[in-house]
Amino acid sequence: MNYIDTSLKVVGTRPIRPDGVDKVTGRAVFAADTRAAGMLWGKVLRSPHAHARIVSIDTSKAEALAGVHAVVTAADFPEIVSEEAFVGEGPMNFRDLSMNCMARGKALYEGHALAAVAATTQEIADRALALIDVQYDVLPHVIDVEAAMADDAPVLHDDLFTAGVDPAPTKPSNVAKVVTFRKGDAEAGFAEADVIVEGRYTTQPVHQAYIEPHACMATYAPDGQVSIHSSSQGHFMVRAYTAKLLGLNLSNIRVNPAEIGGGFGGKTLVYLEPVAVALSRKCGRTVKMQMTREEVFRASGPTSGAAMEIKIGAKKDGTIVAAKQILKYQAGAFPGSPIGPGCMCGFAMYDLPNVDVVGYDVVSNRPKVAAYRAPGAPITSFAVECALDDLALKLDLDPLTLREKNAAKNGTKTHYGPTHHNIGFTAVLDAVKAHPHWKSPVKEGQGRGLACGFWFNIGGESSAQVHVNEDGTVTAATGSPDIGGSRASIGMMVAEVLGVPPTTVRTIVADTASIGFTFLTGGSRVTFATGMAATQAAEKVVEDLKRRAAQTWEIPVEAVEWKDGKAYPAGSNAGAFEPLDLATLALKSPRTGGPIIAEVSVNAQGAGPGFGAHICDVSVDRETGQVTIERYTAVQDVGKAIHPSYVEGQIQGGAAQGIGWALNEEYIYNDKGQMENPGFLDYRVPVASDVPMIEAVLVEVPNPRHPFGARGVGEVPIIPPMAAIGNAIRRAAGVRMHDLPMSPPKLRAALDAASG
Amino acid sequence: MAKNYVTTTINGEQTEFLCETQQTLLDVLRDVIGLTGSKEGCASGDCGACSVIMNGRLVCSCLVLGVEAEGATITTIEGIAQGDKLHPVQQKFLEHAALQCGFCTPGLIVASKALLDENPNPTETEARYWLAGNLCRCTGYDKIIRAVMDAAAELRGESVG
Amino acid sequence: MVKVVLSSGSVGQSLAGGQTEFEVEATTFRRLVLELERRFPGLGRQVEESMAVAIDGEIFQDAYAAELRPDSEVVLIPKIGGG
Repeated sequence: MNYIDTSLKVVGTRPIRPDGVDKVTGRAVFAADTRAAGMLWGKVLRSPHAHARIVSIDTSKAEALAGVHAVVTAADFPEIVSEEAFVGEGPMNFRDLSMNCMARGKALYEGHALAAVAATTQEIADRALALIDVQYDVLPHVIDVEAAMADDAPVLHDDLFTAGVDPAPTKPSNVAKVVTFRKGDAEAGFAEADVIVEGRYTTQPVHQAYIEPHACMATYAPDGQVSIHSSSQGHFMVRAYTAKLLGLNLSNIRVNPAEIGGGFGGKTLVYLEPVAVALSRKCGRTVKMQMTREEVFRASGPTSGAAMEIKIGAKKDGTIVAAKQILKYQAGAFPGSPIGPGCMCGFAMYDLPNVDVVGYDVVSNRPKVAAYRAPGAPITSFAVECALDDLALKLDLDPLTLREKNAAKNGTKTHYGPTHHNIGFTAVLDAVKAHPHWKSPVKEGQGRGLACGFWFNIGGESSAQVHVNEDGTVTAATGSPDIGGSRASIGMMVAEVLGVPPTTVRTIVADTASIGFTFLTGGSRVTFATGMAATQAAEKVVEDLKRRAAQTWEIPVEAVEWKDGKAYPAGSNAGAFEPLDLATLALKSPRTGGPIIAEVSVNAQGAGPGFGAHICDVSVDRETGQVTIERYTAVQDVGKAIHPSYVEGQIQGGAAQGIGWALNEEYIYNDKGQMENPGFLDYRVPVASDVPMIEAVLVEVPNPRHPFGARGVGEVPIIPPMAAIGNAIRRAAGVRMHDLPMSPPKLRAALDAASG
Repeated sequence: MAKNYVTTTINGEQTEFLCETQQTLLDVLRDVIGLTGSKEGCASGDCGACSVIMNGRLVCSCLVLGVEAEGATITTIEGIAQGDKLHPVQQKFLEHAALQCGFCTPGLIVASKALLDENPNPTETEARYWLAGNLCRCTGYDKIIRAVMDAAAELRGESVG
Repeated sequence: MVKVVLSSGSVGQSLAGGQTEFEVEATTFRRLVLELERRFPGLGRQVEESMAVAIDGEIFQDAYAAELRPDSEVVLIPKIGGG
């Protein structure tokens, strides 16, 4: 059923989330909060070298230390053949995933895991790590993406031959893949252009910087049964990857989802779980592992850094006639940067006749990148949206007018092929135009920037159960870890369908043995896809309740209607019966067929794409190069906000992450290829005093493929901030910043250069 | 190595524990006493997820040694609510949806309570600077600041719309 | 016959011998994959493992049953993930 044009009682309101009290009182159980009798602590030995051949690993002294119960290296993991899988952000090879969890043959980045120990205390585990003797043959390393593409660059993988080029190369290199997207004839388009803007932009890798470090606890029982308690964006993912990496059976692994302390894409793959299981298998004890913050920085995430070239040509009236982009995305130590979406997202918002995009997926001696909110899109959009601002300046056009003129609409064919349908970009731009922020004059000394963002959003496999308890209260179970309030939105959709208050629906996240397969929490898919499964399960329950009422009244089921949580006779012809509420039907359920429950599994399709536009006012301190965000407004088409507060929260949080990406966050490497700022003191994520209130404006263009019209929300808001801020700086201080982060030293240098 | 015997008051209860000299108060709270509401996000005093109030002062429990708790009075997140009655800061965090993943929430609630104990009428800027030692990666701080300002108003007995 | 566009010049295109557009007799995504594999060995597998198909603008991942009409716009693009 579709509820888009119906009057809704629950969806669109702002109830308190079901797991709220646990989280404000410290009761919520995150991955590191559990303990088991006889538990050991697992710790990982990591490479101090950015690139080295592992000559030998001697663990005998560590094994001999009192209190040490197991030591594992790559030798304890099966060697996996190359097999592509799809991890959070793109194709990932299981062989690479295995070698990322435990180095085999070579250490490919500083922080790469080499061995792990399990000991009775953390202190003994640390001492044991120090006793492991590793002999290295240190190799030349390469950090920067363009340096890694050079002919004479140290090659990470002898078997990596660039895919997507003809003829196929005969020599290995660090370029894993070249992708191209072409529409029309870009060169012919540029020939027609009245004005052309060009630029070269770079972005730095940034970490997802979830506040909860990776952690897990695992037990391998003598009968081969494995239990894992961990925090991830998908416990079915943990089960699948752990099974794959250790050669285990899925049915022998049960993963319990802990509360997850943030992920943003960074917890869509495994680092610790297979290691903890391998340790436990070796010693028969439960093993708990948790990363330090330093390990999180050195060995997990981040997203790609990139070097980009862009060229856009337009007519005098602002009509864009050609666009060209070259994107070089750094993938980390193994192939798999988000170069595909990077090539697709930057120009997806515009109706362009001639486009030429080339992308490179490049490995270098850094941690393997992981998904991070709208993987690939924020990077490309930094270049595209800054170039559009330059174009607006050159044409003396309002930047909003320029975007309105070229905006993608329903029926616009994108440069990567598909035609847009049911999109809300125009509605977003209209909302910008009407917003008091956009209409207000820019304050003296400040500059105002505008930038837009696009993300596809995804659906995928989800399972949900709805149980009516014996007293008429409801439990909704899903397989989606709740990373930012999805228990609330799922419960609200179920409550809406059942016609009961949301407080009577308890939403839980069920473990891998208790519910059907559910894909990751990511790609902004949970409220869309899991919400769809839960809605359908609730509808099945309503059908069942109607049947039970019909049986009670001895009338045909068609003569029963369900309204506000009660069964009613559909009309006077159906008979005069007192309505039967959920509690009464539940109480009598043994007489009408037994427990009332429905489970629905879907592979949801039809995720509506999301569009956003951010307005940002900044002031620039010319003495220090410090940028202050004075006012920030984020407009986004959300389809339908199920719980508007959490929708706003996604948008505000994504914008703040983008502000960090724009102004502060970067990895600093020394000449040995070691990260010099692996902590929150020197890798500076935005703090409360760095940001103003962020106004989230919810535009609702319903997605016809979702029962309530919802679109994914979480990805889009991280896309526009970097360019919105860069454009605001350009207008406040007169300098175009091409390189992220736009930190005080860089801005000072740019201001000095401009004043000559 | 001999352990140290420490007597302290945690959330109003006299508490005794044994700890290694190098163990932090955070490790003691989580691993020895079992109060896991205080979180470890960095172990270097940069994220504030382990915030507790010690002798009336807001501290990162990862920067305090367990032995320093001797004779101290400590309030952790587990001691903020009175029985089943939430503290206004906790209630306002719920009403304003000031949490997403909830991992930084215990530290932010302890820090916010410490702020309002000291300054019942903070400006938005004062609240932002006070809470600058508590990282939240999910919310962008907007709803957190609104919740704290609203809790402050309620504690002052002002009703806000 | 439905016209299929291979939008990205990548692995898929080299498997298709450089072709970017071809006509395929198929009424479902499943049939399309099988047909591609028959005509260009390796391409069907490539599509199935690391590509998505956009049918009339809507992106389908792993949905064999998705229907194709003769006038459907069918574009093969890289698979989409997310954070």
